[in-house]
Amino acid sequence: MLSIKNLHVSVGDKAILKGINLEIKAGEIHAIMGPNGSGKSTLSHVLSGKSGYTVTEGSVTYQGKDLVAMAPEIRAREGVFLAFQYPVEIPGVSNIYLLKAALNSIRKYHGLAEVDAMDFLMLVKHKVKLLEMDEKFLYRAVNEGFSGGEKKRNEILQMAILEPMLCIMDETDSGLDIDALKIVSQGVNSLRSPERSFVMVTHYQRLLDYIKPDVVHVLAHGQIVKSGGPELALELEEKGYNWLENQVAA
Amino acid sequence: MSSSANPYITEYASNASRLPGQNLPWLQQFRKQALEQFSIHGFPSPREEDWRYTNVSAIEKKLFAPALNAPSNNLDLLALQRYQLADAWSVVLINGHFCAELSQLQGLPEGVCVCSMAAALESPDSKTVEKYLGLAVTNTEHSFVAFNSAWFSDGVLVRVPEKLVLSKPIQILNIVTSAEIMATTRSVLIIEQQAQAQVLEMFISLDNVSDKTSDPTQAVGAGLAYLTATVSEVFIGQNAELTLYKAQAESEKAYHFGGVYVQQERDARFTHHNFAFGGLLARTDLHTDLGCAAECELNGLYLGAKRQHIDNHTRINHLQAHASSRQLYKGVLDDRARGVFQGRVLVAEQAQKTDSEMNNRNLLLSADAEVDTKPQLEIYADDVKCGHGLTVGQLDEKSVFYLQSRCVDEETARNMLTFAFANEMVDKVKLKTLHDVLLAQVLARFPQQGVDLEWL
Repeated sequence: MLSIKNLHVSVGDKAILKGINLEIKAGEIHAIMGPNGSGKSTLSHVLSGKSGYTVTEGSVTYQGKDLVAMAPEIRAREGVFLAFQYPVEIPGVSNIYLLKAALNSIRKYHGLAEVDAMDFLMLVKHKVKLLEMDEKFLYRAVNEGFSGGEKKRNEILQMAILEPMLCIMDETDSGLDIDALKIVSQGVNSLRSPERSFVMVTHYQRLLDYIKPDVVHVLAHGQIVKSGGPELALELEEKGYNWLENQVAA
Repeated sequence: MSSSANPYITEYASNASRLPGQNLPWLQQFRKQALEQFSIHGFPSPREEDWRYTNVSAIEKKLFAPALNAPSNNLDLLALQRYQLADAWSVVLINGHFCAELSQLQGLPEGVCVCSMAAALESPDSKTVEKYLGLAVTNTEHSFVAFNSAWFSDGVLVRVPEKLVLSKPIQILNIVTSAEIMATTRSVLIIEQQAQAQVLEMFISLDNVSDKTSDPTQAVGAGLAYLTATVSEVFIGQNAELTLYKAQAESEKAYHFGGVYVQQERDARFTHHNFAFGGLLARTDLHTDLGCAAECELNGLYLGAKRQHIDNHTRINHLQAHASSRQLYKGVLDDRARGVFQGRVLVAEQAQKTDSEMNNRNLLLSADAEVDTKPQLEIYADDVKCGHGLTVGQLDEKSVFYLQSRCVDEETARNMLTFAFANEMVDKVKLKTLHDVLLAQVLARFPQQGVDLEWL
């Protein structure tokens, strides 16, 4: 699904990622943990194509294609979805309008006809229910005036409707209370399938109680310093990141 | 400016006899004084504070000749239907002259007067015109008003009698069909006490059928060069209410000068929506005088592209206590377009408890676009609440990326965001048929694929 080889990324003159290697197979969930400033968000931004980052070395291959060469909207249409850490408010553009524009862009890209209006509404309403959201949200401007939890839920709603193949979740759990976390996790778990992969960037182990990862990676100083099973997350919760960061420094 | 070179002064005498109201001495006097006023100053110069951003010297280089009459036989009627609202009484003025056969005035309630200015001057209604003409604005206001007073060839007289609530809007549809002409109209709108009305002033250009484009999505009459000079005087009586719309979609080579001068009596309510989309050089002046506890809401949207220059001046005079004013003008400027907003709020000494707010927000889409914005507050009372704010900015790149990450291509993403910015003003239009005409125009400027109108 996704193959990252020796990825080096800079912002301006500053090297942020210094040789990331990561293999994600279809159906797997990978958690990427690490302290602030370790490069977690940079990694998710680079994968989704945000400008301002320069890949200085290495490669990212997604389903056999060079991901770095694609425009952000092409990546999205190819099935890469970024759930934002800070979802953007878009006054004047309603949720439902954006959802339909997005879904139709994907369909057009894959040579399919536009989605039927009735089918679309049925689909959207079903997903809204799944995420325990109010239908009124659909007709409100994207994220405008939403609480932190509502914004995160809205990201998962978009994900549920667009059905991407590779879901990158950038600190989706940050700022969520336990009830919202359960709902969001439930939404994510309902999307799990043998074809779909997840990259969960997170600060907190708690998320992994609800969404069980296959592999946990620890990112520090722009490199993956340790990989392991779900038990690694528990170890991190107990010991913090310092012991790993020190390993790198040494 | 040397007035001798100004063709609008030198050619006046040979045209004056064709202007309406020849047998009205008071009007002859009014026009004569106006021409004198205009002769002294000529067109406004950028040296004048109110005109420092807008240079009109191109107009006097040649004579846009007054059109003799309204040709209706060659008109593209299908195109006209896109603008003429089905659920309104309409007065159609072509090249500055009333066109009876295209106007729709059947079923006006008893006592309501909607008629052409030229006809009014030939009838007992000329007494009404005599009473009100020049009352809301004098010829010394600026020389375009004087120009209009001297040259106006027609216009509309509207009078809604007291306590009458008009069930349908009145549309004044100004159409120019020929190049190199001037369409100079003067209107008087009287909404008597406790009456209620909606009036729409629309300005468009349509080519003759013979050379019209067959593509219906193409703007018709887009290439005509002409001059529109229009002045409306508006009188809103005690506790009366008027919603006045101005939708200006002149051709991209046209010059447009419009003045709207409003007098609001005690408790009168006035809402104005000003859409400035067309014209090479377009300027609108909107003044209102607020009586005790009167309310006004002024909304504006200007969209400039290519080399358009779009200038809006508003002036709100709080003359008495307890009045409130709300103002929001938004502008989108692309390419080398230039926008000007000057908003002035005056609060007189006795206008205590005034509540006023003025906002101007601008979106610049290109590095060469420009906006000059100048809000001015002049406050002589001490117990008032007055605020103003202005912004000039670009599209938020974070928002563009967010939309791209949701599969939307960059160009559509930019159009979606720009459209959303502009649509706030279109959304305020509660008149559905007009709303849809405006929405179509804004969407044409900022196209997005697969738009579902009902979800906007």
